[in-house]
Amino acid sequence: MTGTWFHLLWGFFIANALGYGGGPASIPMIQEQVVHHYQWLSSTAFANVLALANALPGPIATKLAAAVGYQAAGWIGVIVALSATAVPSALVLIGLLHLMNRFRESAVVHGMTLLVQPAIAVLMGILTWEVTRDSIHAAGRWQSLGIAAVSLLAMTKGKVHPALVVVGAFVYGGLVMSHLTAV
Amino acid sequence: MLRTGVFGYGGGPSFIPLIRHEAVIRYRWLADEEFAEILAIANALPGPIATKMAAYLGARLKGLPGAVYAVLVHILPSGIAVIALLGVFHLFQHSPIVSGMIAAVDPVIMVMLGLMTYDFVKKTYKGLGKWFGTIFIVLAVLLLVIVDLQPAVVVITFLAYGGMHLRLVNRRRCPPKTDQGVST
Repeated sequence: MTGTWFHLLWGFFIANALGYGGGPASIPMIQEQVVHHYQWLSSTAFANVLALANALPGPIATKLAAAVGYQAAGWIGVIVALSATAVPSALVLIGLLHLMNRFRESAVVHGMTLLVQPAIAVLMGILTWEVTRDSIHAAGRWQSLGIAAVSLLAMTKGKVHPALVVVGAFVYGGLVMSHLTAV
Repeated sequence: MLRTGVFGYGGGPSFIPLIRHEAVIRYRWLADEEFAEILAIANALPGPIATKMAAYLGARLKGLPGAVYAVLVHILPSGIAVIALLGVFHLFQHSPIVSGMIAAVDPVIMVMLGLMTYDFVKKTYKGLGKWFGTIFIVLAVLLLVIVDLQPAVVVITFLAYGGMHLRLVNRRRCPPKTDQGVST
């Protein structure tokens, strides 16, 4: 059990330390640690956590940490994963504020922020592809495509809030798809 | 602080205007310029933005206990809500209704991630320009998909190079004035 705690601490620390540019940037890093490296959750289970986390308000990185921490090691897991996510960067910000002020405009920090974006973009793309595969597996090609098209339209053109889209998909799945698979 | 944590849907960056509203306009904890400055510094550090902002504001007002309190209030309600909701899901895992729900939400997540991917690609092009942007995206695909390196290794490599990138670009661009062909 202590091993799991340490892994949670290390896994979430690494994922967030490398997630330059805020919560969403660390999603692919968290997924890599949780699904591929430590295998706390399957790829589908992680997608579900992501769906629920996205449907609820609050910062995404800490919601993922809480949910994964709980499933891997109970309430202590929650505390460990949350601390690993929030504490290091917060401490650095408070402690090194004056020092950071000097670095803020440095070309080094600026370049790092710029260069991490293509890497995150590709990681995010890979994650998208993995979820697509799972989705086709679970809901079939046409149904996945249909739901994806509707939610894309709703979120980009209709400006519908992502939380409502997730709720909509839950309603559709609960009412319609449950009968389709039962038949 | 509790309110910003609860109402900021959709992950860290979407909260920044909310935190600003509460801290600058409503409670007048600090001036707008100072807020912008802290935000810029927080952005240069890794990790979630929202928790960094909460910690800083808390520490400024009430010292270390303030920081602990602000972060907890910021992350606990949503964290506990996720765990509770997942618990309900697991309880009914075998009901066809819940499995239908789980299957139906996958494509939605796919679209959300796809949109985020698009955002990051757009940011890449905006920050690095067309040529460098394409080069580094292709490089990242090569390293991550073909060579199959660990994501952490790739990110660290990119960060390390990023530290030198601007200096290298500037050195190439400045001295010879005829050198217009260099992609920027």
